[in-house]
Amino acid sequence: MSIPNLDRERFRRHYHTMVAIRAFEEAALDALKQGLVHGAIHPSIGQEAVAAGVCGNLLDKDLLLSTHRGHGHTLAKGADPTAMMCELLGRAGGTSHGKGGSMHIADFRVGMLGANGVVGANIGIAAGAAHALKLRGVDAMVCCLFGDGAINRGPFLEGLNWAAVYKLPVLFVCEDNGFAATTRTHTLSAGPGPMARAESLGIRGLSVDGNDILAVDRAARDLMDPVRSGRGPRFLHLRTYRLTGHTGTDPAAYRDQAEVAAAWQNDPIARCRALLTEVGDDAGVLDKLAAEARAMIDQVYRNAREAEWPAPELGFAHVQDLGDPRMRAY
Amino acid sequence: MTTLSYLQAGKRALAEEMRRDRLVWALGEDLGRGGVFGQYRGLAEEFGSARIVDTPISEAGIMAAAVGAAMNNTRPVVEMRFSDFALCAVDELVNQAAKARYMFGGQTTVPLVVREPVGMWRSSAAQHSQSLEAWYVHIPGLVVVAPATPADNYGLLKSAIRCDDPVVYMEHKNLWGLEGEVPAVESTLPLGQARTARVGEVLTVVTWSAALHVCLQAAEKLAGDGLEVEVIDLRTLWPWDRDTVLTSVESTGRCLIVHEAVQVGGFGAEVAAVVAEACFGKLHTPVRRLGAPRVPVPYSPPLEAQLALTVEKVEGAMRGMVG
Repeated sequence: MSIPNLDRERFRRHYHTMVAIRAFEEAALDALKQGLVHGAIHPSIGQEAVAAGVCGNLLDKDLLLSTHRGHGHTLAKGADPTAMMCELLGRAGGTSHGKGGSMHIADFRVGMLGANGVVGANIGIAAGAAHALKLRGVDAMVCCLFGDGAINRGPFLEGLNWAAVYKLPVLFVCEDNGFAATTRTHTLSAGPGPMARAESLGIRGLSVDGNDILAVDRAARDLMDPVRSGRGPRFLHLRTYRLTGHTGTDPAAYRDQAEVAAAWQNDPIARCRALLTEVGDDAGVLDKLAAEARAMIDQVYRNAREAEWPAPELGFAHVQDLGDPRMRAY
Repeated sequence: MTTLSYLQAGKRALAEEMRRDRLVWALGEDLGRGGVFGQYRGLAEEFGSARIVDTPISEAGIMAAAVGAAMNNTRPVVEMRFSDFALCAVDELVNQAAKARYMFGGQTTVPLVVREPVGMWRSSAAQHSQSLEAWYVHIPGLVVVAPATPADNYGLLKSAIRCDDPVVYMEHKNLWGLEGEVPAVESTLPLGQARTARVGEVLTVVTWSAALHVCLQAAEKLAGDGLEVEVIDLRTLWPWDRDTVLTSVESTGRCLIVHEAVQVGGFGAEVAAVVAEACFGKLHTPVRRLGAPRVPVPYSPPLEAQLALTVEKVEGAMRGMVG
């Protein structure tokens, strides 16, 4: 792809974001190994260009809904990484006081309305959030990311149809890493794929290389324009590859190591660095950017490990206004 | 006071809340033409199609949209048409609406109401007749309401719409035409408070929804023999008004729970267990339940009638406890 007039600062920001996401997830995997992360985590290592290129283009007022594999999206939307790491470690100071963990990471302060533990469930919720924006006359949009596994769930059809029928401001992003948990998605999905399904509902979109930050950034911006101007939902299909297993403990033995090694040659962070190098950034500048991002996450990880446990009474808070949640519970 | 039907009372409640708060809106199938039972007739004309939203037949989509819209500063009132169809949207209600506030650590609330018409009605058969309130009472995060009278359908629906918790609001299809006194001036009724529909001394009957009316008729029969039965309409099933029930049972020493739902695993079991634990020393007889046999609801009228609560069945259960 030709790169005339590349906005170098913008792609340096993307590079910084991607390195920070990678460092965050490497720290989370380390924490898992050490028993500091207590439940499952789903790393997005290898998919960072999706998070940076899509969420990096959202405005503060925009809303985001993500998946169980949502650390990168949440960081790129501007969530506080220390609060996020505290959440993964189940500590006080977590975005949700340690009550949601990795799979339910959310930061409403930055418009991040939650990752979801149920595949595809966020699609209809995103449509509803957009419906509320329209009803309230708020000038903002919703971005909804989901994986390729979600296209075989009913909410994919119901949510996309809903957004199209009511012409709602949603950008649907299918982050296609090729795997539905541990199964290759194409083996169990009829038809030509996610884009064709969206198009069958009259939702226009683009399908691009999700490991190419330049392509992702451009496609996301091109599709956000009509969404913001009230022309209804758009669909972005991003082809990428999950370099780790489904969860932090999945060795992914169901795929050939040669395939994974080849995929590492397509690492989106290395490609982003090559792009910046191509337009004249020297190694020193890029090393400094990357080192800053990693140092920031190192500090985040240290802080989170030192954080306190949540107060026990928090376990009984935020259930509902009516009724005592402890009533006859034990 | 003014006389309204159960259906009209619910419609008035929604219309008043929509006038009061422009962030209240309703969504569901066929609402633009009044809804399947006419509960929304005339509302699209007053409030427009942006607030009385006609939806596709997409129960999961409807509930999910309501969850997203409730988390984004609006108050959706969801119409599920028949409570049976809400089963297509269980993930959206149970995993999403009921959990979001808690699992996001109080960062959001989900102030939606889902109206789920329940109960046996005109040979509607197995997929249009169920009473599944017990399922929802079991789910932390949800409020469950089952009004039995026009006044309650008016006052409780208004409170449900103002409530910041997701509320499962179960209207009984057999009650739509029931007329009763409703306050002429705008008012609400508190959620979580039972109503003692009849005062008595020999037995406490705990019930809700359409079963209330059967219980009151049966109580009349016993009154003819000088046996005064106390009938408590729970109205809200979560949180339920334990104080009113336990105070009554401590005084009568007998407790019968009556509901239209299948008896096995029904909410009557929870009430019975709490009463047995709390009032053991005061009970003259074991706590009893009367609910439906554990079979799907059949179509044919004589077969359907076998499952329905009748005055005779309730009267028999009452007499069995006080005789």
